[in-house]
Amino acid sequence: MKGKKVGMVSVGLTKFMRRAKETPKELAYYSAKMALDNAGITRKDVDGVIIGSAPDAFDGVHQKHEYLTDGSGGFNLPTMRGYVGGGTGVFSPIQGWYSVASGMNDVVLITTEEKMSTIQPSAQAGFLTIFDNMIERNLGPNLVWIFALEMKRYMEKHGIPKEHIASVSVKNKGNALDHPSAMLGQKLTIEQVMNSEVLADPVHLLDISPVADGAVSFVMMSEDKIKEFGIPLDQVAWVDGVGWNVDTTIWTNRDLYYPKYVEKAAKQAYNMAGQKDHSPETLRKWLSFAEPYDPFNYKELHHLEGLQLFGKGEAPRAAFEGVTARDSDFPVTPSGGLLGVGNPIAAAAGMKAAEVYLQLTGQAGKRQIPKDVTRGLAQAWGDLMQVGTVLVMKGGQVQ
Amino acid sequence: MELRGTKLSNDEFLNKVLSVTYYPELDYAWATGVAITKFLNGLKEGVIYGTKCNECSRVVCPPRMFCEECHTPMNEYVELPQTGIINTFSLAYIRTDATRRDKAEIPAVIDIDGTTISPSGFLHLINEDTPHDKVKVNAKVKAVWKSPEERKGDITDIKYFDIMED
Repeated sequence: MKGKKVGMVSVGLTKFMRRAKETPKELAYYSAKMALDNAGITRKDVDGVIIGSAPDAFDGVHQKHEYLTDGSGGFNLPTMRGYVGGGTGVFSPIQGWYSVASGMNDVVLITTEEKMSTIQPSAQAGFLTIFDNMIERNLGPNLVWIFALEMKRYMEKHGIPKEHIASVSVKNKGNALDHPSAMLGQKLTIEQVMNSEVLADPVHLLDISPVADGAVSFVMMSEDKIKEFGIPLDQVAWVDGVGWNVDTTIWTNRDLYYPKYVEKAAKQAYNMAGQKDHSPETLRKWLSFAEPYDPFNYKELHHLEGLQLFGKGEAPRAAFEGVTARDSDFPVTPSGGLLGVGNPIAAAAGMKAAEVYLQLTGQAGKRQIPKDVTRGLAQAWGDLMQVGTVLVMKGGQVQ
Repeated sequence: MELRGTKLSNDEFLNKVLSVTYYPELDYAWATGVAITKFLNGLKEGVIYGTKCNECSRVVCPPRMFCEECHTPMNEYVELPQTGIINTFSLAYIRTDATRRDKAEIPAVIDIDGTTISPSGFLHLINEDTPHDKVKVNAKVKAVWKSPEERKGDITDIKYFDIMED
């Protein structure tokens, strides 16, 4: 690990919901204030602010990082917005890490926020603006198409039964029953997922996470500041490794069955953490659990393979057999994920990074994994299917 | 600590609380650049173009002005066959605006013949009258064009792709 040692010392979350009364700025204030309170500090102690939020098209307010600055606590401070589509929520704490590791800042406040309910009547028209503008938009695509194409390719390549993929919706929506931010925690059966409305075969309604409004914030500090503030180490999660990677936007010239960019991002993070053996068996022992990005149920599996946590084509059966349940050998998405907690884009991946912190510090309440957890991973994905962002953290007392 | 955020129902939002509305009118006209202009002019003439990289020898579609691998010029345009295979597809009942249609559209990634990497091609549609049991990954397809008078240099100059019978 290069640079200064950096720890995450607190998180703050709002509820996730289909439509919030609060403005984006007000949501950002809620989560940012909560993160500061939980760290026992105030805005005066902060020397850098990072904002993560996805397409401006949802808000109809351009350059919304400026708009979000007040709520995120960022005015009159070095404030920046990083934006890598759905990958943003994990990229923002990565930016927090490098702004402290570099020595530029000692205490950073990071806020990921999304309000998707503003665009009428649905967010789909906003999503259209991310498709290629010359040879794709005139075909009248819907964002669900592209996931359906990728899911079909993945299933076809490995001969994956739909039931195996559907089991991820059952697991994650069930886990979300224990998450206080969750909008869609529910007990479901595989049959209910399989029999839900077909939107774009093979994608059914219950394969998809719901669009949402919400915000998640973090405080990250240098080791020196953690000592100075007297923050106990059992409230700290150290950044162990980070990685991100972007593939070509010419997505029709890539085999969608496998996310190579996620592999590259993951290996970058593992190597940074000193973990050079990338075999699935070793990595599943090294990591106690994972929060891979799950906007669609198959994506959790697709990403577990890209992350090298399961061999190619092997994640679906493992999920179906319960290996990735919260109380099993290798818990995956103990939070309930985007499928269950909700998908306010940047905040959704922020929620996943927050879950890694909460699990490592024993603050996950009813969601706490019933075994010792020493190291966890959050991963997000986005742009038009070509960016992977990976954050590995370890417990405050783990060497 | 109590999590905050105030949930509004659809009814509350539409009928009971204040909202401010705005309908943006934004028109865009994109210059189609060097390579895609060649591609779209080709479609107008009923031809599918790819490009070849002089450095790595890849032949790819859609054409590009530079090779994204070698980062060198890619200026040798190659006329490709009007056939390919379905790399992946979907039976889509959802339109751009999220409204539903009763009959599926069939978007697919068409891996165009004559390219040297797989897949290499573009997003298009399979004839929606095709019986669904005939639409398969790796099925051979051919381009079905609009009439020359109707073509205007747009991706929709190809009406759709039809499955080729063996």
